[in-house]
Amino acid sequence: MSVLLSARGLRLAFGGVKAADGIDLDVHEGEFLAIIGPNGAGKTTFINMATGYLKPQGGSIAFRGRPILGLPPRRLVGMGIGRSFQLPQLFAEHTVLQNVAIAIASRDGIWSAVAPLMRGPVRREAGEWLERFGLSSVAETRADALNEGARKLADIAMAVALRPALVLMDEPTSGVAAADKMAIVETLVRVLRDAGVTAVFVEHDMDVVARFADRVAVWSQGRIAALGPPETVLADPEVRRNVIGTVLDGVAHAAA
Amino acid sequence: MSGARTLAAGLAAALLVVALAWAVPWLRFVLTVATAKGIAVLGILLLLRAGQVSFGHAMYLAIAAYTAAFLAPRIPDAALLLPVAVGLSAAVGLVVGLFVMRYRDIFFGMLNLALSMVFYSLLEKLYSITHGTDGIRLPPLTFAGATLSVEAQSWAVLLSALVLALVAGAAVRVYWSSPLGEALAGIKTREQRLDFLGVPPRLVLLAAYVISAALAGIGGFILAMATRQVTPALAYWTTSGELVFIAVLGGAGSVFGAFLGAAAYELTRVYAAAFVADAWQMILGSVLLLVILFAPGGIWGIGQRLLGRRAAGPGAAATAGEGGP
Amino acid sequence: MAWLSDNAFLLGLATLDGLSSAAAIFMVAVGLNLVFGVLRVLNVAHGSLYAIGAYSAASLGLFAAARGLPAWASLPLLVVAAALVGLVLGPPIERLLRRTQDQEPVLQLLVTFALFMILEDAQKLIWGVRPVVSDAPVKLMGTVDVPIGGDVIPFNAYQLFLLPGVALLTLAALVYGLRRTLFGRMLVAVTTDREAARALGIDAARITLVTFTIGAALAALGGALASPTTSLVPGIGAQTIVLSFAVVATAGLGQVEGAALTSLLIGLGRSFAVYLEPELEVVVPYLIMVAVLLVRPQGMFGVLETRRI
Repeated sequence: MSVLLSARGLRLAFGGVKAADGIDLDVHEGEFLAIIGPNGAGKTTFINMATGYLKPQGGSIAFRGRPILGLPPRRLVGMGIGRSFQLPQLFAEHTVLQNVAIAIASRDGIWSAVAPLMRGPVRREAGEWLERFGLSSVAETRADALNEGARKLADIAMAVALRPALVLMDEPTSGVAAADKMAIVETLVRVLRDAGVTAVFVEHDMDVVARFADRVAVWSQGRIAALGPPETVLADPEVRRNVIGTVLDGVAHAAA
Repeated sequence: MSGARTLAAGLAAALLVVALAWAVPWLRFVLTVATAKGIAVLGILLLLRAGQVSFGHAMYLAIAAYTAAFLAPRIPDAALLLPVAVGLSAAVGLVVGLFVMRYRDIFFGMLNLALSMVFYSLLEKLYSITHGTDGIRLPPLTFAGATLSVEAQSWAVLLSALVLALVAGAAVRVYWSSPLGEALAGIKTREQRLDFLGVPPRLVLLAAYVISAALAGIGGFILAMATRQVTPALAYWTTSGELVFIAVLGGAGSVFGAFLGAAAYELTRVYAAAFVADAWQMILGSVLLLVILFAPGGIWGIGQRLLGRRAAGPGAAATAGEGGP
Repeated sequence: MAWLSDNAFLLGLATLDGLSSAAAIFMVAVGLNLVFGVLRVLNVAHGSLYAIGAYSAASLGLFAAARGLPAWASLPLLVVAAALVGLVLGPPIERLLRRTQDQEPVLQLLVTFALFMILEDAQKLIWGVRPVVSDAPVKLMGTVDVPIGGDVIPFNAYQLFLLPGVALLTLAALVYGLRRTLFGRMLVAVTTDREAARALGIDAARITLVTFTIGAALAALGGALASPTTSLVPGIGAQTIVLSFAVVATAGLGQVEGAALTSLLIGLGRSFAVYLEPELEVVVPYLIMVAVLLVRPQGMFGVLETRRI
């Protein structure tokens, strides 16, 4: 499998806190890579650096062999890197269908002020994406009136509708009711596989990780503490004690 | 409303204006001015769609008006002068836009205000060129080559204003529902997402800004033709404030609201100027406050609510019936 | 160099003038900044508070003089007028702005603009459109001979000492107050993160009210102090808000010391223009602002905020 995204020695500190302290990571084409680790370990920082929102203070990062360090998000989107957000970034006053349609129009050229957005192929394609994501019933709902699970999915649908080669998802299932979680991830994985998208996702639910990830990277204090297939990494006693324990603690605290 | 019905409503409104101007001669001038301001307000509406407000758009109004006054001796035909004047407004809008695009909210509003104040003081101070506060008198223009009497000229100005208003109103509506227009609305709610969709938000806003400058320019050009005298007051912040006021009064987000608001504003002003000249701004301010606090949809919103209630009456009952046991 | 010595007299005058106008601008701009911190809206009506402060001080001064109060009383009366304006107008305006806090930012901005329109006409109704002059404090303090180059300029002691002195005192009090007092620390907390501050038990509503009133009083004090040095005419409110906005934007939002330095820069720039190229007077502050913002969009001393996503 060829390497899609390649990070070497990424470093970034906020004040004295090292959010990235020498991150080396290769993301292979077609894989689903899960990132786990306690809060504050630098997981979101990695996504922010890989998508051009934050510029690392050191190291290099390449996409399909081309260096992308310092390029803005806009350029990286054009190269095929999409992302979704921990806090969904939707256009609150637009409907879900319009949100996805804006994404499609962005991909195909937003610079038209003549033909209506919500007509013809764009509208049809937006409807198809919503169907795939199981969002058809809320197509005409304003984004600010959605429940958290639907907001998350709509946010991801916008990223995937850009037809990226790689999508980075920041906690795609946080805030989703536990009962719906597996079904949502199932949907998500099916859509991504169908679209042939490589995915990196931050996840706190070890069941989700064990079931859907091809590889797991364990983040700890700005470093990758372990990397490998889920069955070995999640079984590692060191990881279980130091990372998963704290993760579960964190979840318990959040729930309390 | 569908496109065809909206266009029909627009045409009907324009005919009503013509009928009124014919029946009540002194209304002709007032309605011309209202139409001109309505077109300029469309530009403010575009920016409001992105959640931005400019307190300096009178500058673009004045640029077109002064261009008309300066060039009228050399280009005496309205049909030729209009594109030149509006083009200059748009060009200045592009240059200024490249700078103000980096700012949002109060910075955007106040930078526009500051630049328009600079322009105003230049108009006022450079007496040898602009004749200061006296302003410049506009010679009579020809219309598509035809020289008209004073009476016919005032009709020609009103009719051109109405045609321009219809075209501008239709264009703005088309723009609003286009990809670029929807992205513009996205700037208001989640600008950063546009970046992650591969779209540069600043350019989206810049496009709207240039168009809004051009719309203000059209308004300014008509005002110059109607009043035949251009003065620095056109560029003063109170004129900019007026445009924003009309936008909110009429109902931000509606093309018809812009013109309704402008008509209501101008008619009130005719009367108010006679009775409460000293407290005019105070009244405007109070109305603005009341509209924002109690009727955020403006006149258009109130009208729609009233109409909607009547139209929705039986329909709503039917729906409730279906949902009932 | 020859040009410098030829114009030393003018430059000297311009510098002295610039200092006093910078002092007045600073008082307004720093209040604007404080209020922005707690309410997240740049209050366009803030300039009106300056104008009303100026008019009230002039009226109070003229009234006192007519009643035969001693001349020295004119100085404390300036402060009394400013405090009155702050206390009378501050709280109701703050209440109105807080009422609209859930609205869209653009509507909040328009509310302050509406207030500004109302207050502009209120001034005309109360004080008329003819210039109002009350220069007792300036006369009281007399002049000081300032040697510049080979000349000696007799300059108002009021403008030379009192205005910059009060501005410096205000600056010191604000810096001390924000860093060292409990109220200041709470104010900074509310400004940084209102929700978190409230979670810690800070009465954010009271802090906002007090801060707004202080800001309003500072603007009024700026106007009151400047009132004896000019004749008051309608429109000074508009001029002041745009000028102090220029200061705030140039310095960067939330900067207190930065606002002081920028006020100085803009005050001096403007008064140099008055003496050298009068046509440019109005334009200079904006030229400075635009030049700074082109290089540093966040202002000279501002800090770029990265939004968490």
